[in-house]
Amino acid sequence: MEQFLQQMASGLANGAIYACVALALVMIFVSTDHINFAQGEMAMFSTYLSWQLMTWGANFWVAFVAAVLLSFVLGVVIERVVLRPLHTAPVLSIVVVFIGLLAICNSVAGAIWSYLLKEFPSPFPKTDFGIPGLIGPHQLGVVVITLLVLTALFVFFRYTPLGLAMRAAAQNPQMARLVGVRVDWMLALGWGLAAAVGAVAGIMVAHIVYLDPNMMGGILLYAFASALVGGISNPGGAVAGGFIVGVLENLVAYLGSQLEKTTGVYIIGNGEKLTVALIIVIFVLTVKPAGLFGRVVVKRV
Amino acid sequence: MANATAAAALAPRRTWIWWVIGIAAVVPLLRGVVPDIVSDYRLFLVTTMMIAAIAVLGLNLLTGFNGQISLGHGAFYAVGAYVAAVAMEQANCPYWLTIPLAAVICFGFGFLFGLPALKLEGHYLALATFALALAVPQMLKYKWLEGLTGGVQGIVLSKPSAPFGLPLSEDQWLYYFTLTVMVVLYWAAHNILNSRSGRAMKAIRDHQMAADTMGIDTARYKTVTFGISAAYTGIAGAISASVIAFVAPDSFTFFLSIKFLIGLVVGGVGSLLGSVLGGIFYVLVDNSAQSLAQFIKRDLGLAFDLSAYTVFGVLLILLMYFMPQGLAGGVIRLWRAIRR
Repeated sequence: MEQFLQQMASGLANGAIYACVALALVMIFVSTDHINFAQGEMAMFSTYLSWQLMTWGANFWVAFVAAVLLSFVLGVVIERVVLRPLHTAPVLSIVVVFIGLLAICNSVAGAIWSYLLKEFPSPFPKTDFGIPGLIGPHQLGVVVITLLVLTALFVFFRYTPLGLAMRAAAQNPQMARLVGVRVDWMLALGWGLAAAVGAVAGIMVAHIVYLDPNMMGGILLYAFASALVGGISNPGGAVAGGFIVGVLENLVAYLGSQLEKTTGVYIIGNGEKLTVALIIVIFVLTVKPAGLFGRVVVKRV
Repeated sequence: MANATAAAALAPRRTWIWWVIGIAAVVPLLRGVVPDIVSDYRLFLVTTMMIAAIAVLGLNLLTGFNGQISLGHGAFYAVGAYVAAVAMEQANCPYWLTIPLAAVICFGFGFLFGLPALKLEGHYLALATFALALAVPQMLKYKWLEGLTGGVQGIVLSKPSAPFGLPLSEDQWLYYFTLTVMVVLYWAAHNILNSRSGRAMKAIRDHQMAADTMGIDTARYKTVTFGISAAYTGIAGAISASVIAFVAPDSFTFFLSIKFLIGLVVGGVGSLLGSVLGGIFYVLVDNSAQSLAQFIKRDLGLAFDLSAYTVFGVLLILLMYFMPQGLAGGVIRLWRAIRR
């Protein structure tokens, strides 16, 4: 039982990470209808930035804030420079450009910092943090930090004029433009925010999976699953989806290991995590494309 | 009448293709005459280029001619390679028989994946295939299949030698074998596309609803195209198992699918000849990137490990801006503009 609770708790911690990346994906999706395949690699790149700052002697939190701000700027620049000219391009072009971004981020990070695994520190005190026997200090810290980030974003979008303008630009660009919102800059800001939230996720997860250029591959797939489960057009849904998928992932692995212990038959375990994500993605896309909380898109023919 | 002019327009092009095939068939025989220029290693390299061309051809049938985006063709390539390797290792299947075997099995897989893909379009299909490509290396390590697939270690094979006592080296023979398969598959693709079915495929790409209204069974065409496309790429995988004589899960990561994508985009989306050029291109870049990286590191003294994927990524983005019809198509267009 205790092991079960532990698994659930670490599922929540993973879920927090998925929730962040899923939220970043959703932020770009609602405003542009694009699925950002490079989101994971952008987050990985930001994580390397913070690692570099730390090796230059910066404090963890200083490096954290600096990397998040840098990612914000990079996100804005990518939107303005790379994606803006392709605004009316066909879907295939957009997908290809995202894959190009993914390849560039991955290979440049590998070129600068090498493909060797690096240890990444945890900022949370080992003692008097976390609940012994249930959740470790880093995992609890991850959950707390992501919840803080999500609350901040919620407050930003709900209660500030800029947040309102961004929501308007995403929901109805033409009307927003008529009332004086600079829609294209709002899209760029959305990209920046997405990159920043992704950076938070990357920096938080690097302590768990170790830092290397391919660390976000599996996490991105889980984030896709989370965003889809929650409904890819619903930010709150994406966060809920993240936690659901995180817990589900660990639950499946736990049940698999219990099954192996009791009956000796191996069906599923940690080695099949990505397959589970694939099944979730295809299942949701084909059976309930709107997800749990998304709105059903009705197309007029 | 229109047909006659079309055939006449094609006629000079056809002779041109026969010339290329003829030269490709003669060159390996020069190995005995000029061993420095035509070495076994170079023949092996050209063979891998032809394999890449077949794989990109498969992707182009689906994405270029039917409009279904796939980021996961590396998965079908992996299935083809593994089917061939397991058949040769476990069942002592002759290497040439693995080609139809892989084709049939990959057709099945592609057809099955095409069923859920029917409900997805654009970004969503890209997402589903992306997930497939990411998950495949893990699936190949699945514990129950370990007896067959050799788990993480993969399967080591031996290269087949020339039959009937032909005086050819293994690499020479595989070159001819691959060349034959490629020419046959290219011809088949060309004929499919210029048939009623091919026109239906393209009609679906251009406007699915209009095609539906015209009485085309869009669901059947789309799934079958997915199957054929997967079969092409699977055949490429099966040949690669014989040629490289080794398969392991980590050769089939997502980056393999990126390579197919670069082949598709460089050659031109919706161009058969372009697929061949695109396949050749990515193998060339992949191989020369290493020496370029050494040049940057040693001669320029920069602490930067250039990898082929940086080049690929930059190219993917630049091509989408400046030559959406592909490098080959773009160069041809430039050439025509200059000549005028």
